[in-house]
Amino acid sequence: MMRAMFASVALIAMPLAAPGAAQDSMPPAPYAYKQLEDPVLEAQAKELMATLRCLTCQSQTIADSDAPMAGDMRHQVRSRIAAGQSPAQVREWLRASYGDYVSYEPEVSATTWPLFLIPLVFLFTVGLILWRRLRRGSAPEGDQA
Amino acid sequence: MRWTLWIPLALFLFFLGVAGYQLTQPKDDTIPSQMVEKPLPEFELPAAVETMPGASRGDFIGGKPKLLNIWASWCLPCIAEAKQLEVLEKQGVEIIGIAIRDKPADVATFLERYGNPYTRIGADDISQLMLDLGASGVPETYVIDAQGTITYQHIGDIRLEHIPLLLEKLEEAAQ
Repeated sequence: MMRAMFASVALIAMPLAAPGAAQDSMPPAPYAYKQLEDPVLEAQAKELMATLRCLTCQSQTIADSDAPMAGDMRHQVRSRIAAGQSPAQVREWLRASYGDYVSYEPEVSATTWPLFLIPLVFLFTVGLILWRRLRRGSAPEGDQA
Repeated sequence: MRWTLWIPLALFLFFLGVAGYQLTQPKDDTIPSQMVEKPLPEFELPAAVETMPGASRGDFIGGKPKLLNIWASWCLPCIAEAKQLEVLEKQGVEIIGIAIRDKPADVATFLERYGNPYTRIGADDISQLMLDLGASGVPETYVIDAQGTITYQHIGDIRLEHIPLLLEKLEEAAQ
């Protein structure tokens, strides 16, 4: 009984311990958790971070993630913006190495345009059907459907 | 009955089919680098251990195509990969390592324990080269030709069955 209890505690604790084993022990990059002095630049950097995907924790932005790699990405964003690059330039630099994947902001491109077009086609079709039905229904001499 | 009445049902079945098919497919969360077939970015990294030189872009230029191996002593799959790197080294492949967010003492312990297939190891303490390369984790391995062009990316640890493919890619890069 006691042994079974230990075993189940170990089983519960194991998945919690596993990610810890695959972490480095280095301090975070200088600007991973430190804001820029200039509030305007910091605001620009923050806004950009919210549109970039963390690559090791793929459902979070780098602004939300505590992964070391997200910290390194925030450091790059802040130090590049502090060095005078525009948010668009920093974004382009990351897109050059990771492609669309790194973007957490939906963009219309050669592969994504159906996602934007299909809902419009649906709405248009629904509107057309409604319009025809309602017109027919309110027509004084029209036969009822 | 008008045939158009069947369209919504057909659409529904189509989506059901797509979703059902996707459910049977294995999860694939690898992110291919966009840097393949592009020049290796400029970099110059200090030595990751005292006993070995650091690494820069210039180290890849000239001679035979080389492997650039991104790894870390804290990375568990890198332990599994060490044996395969040793096999590649024995076949005459030059492997230049990039240690990600790693301490010199930890790197030295890892090399002592699992072997050292590298000719140089650069220390990338803030994942700078990793981001430039489009790598999304450790380990990853790149084939770099003698002109400094990235010709192939291997994501994840190198297993025994990947060795022939890597040798083939190195051969291709030599032409």
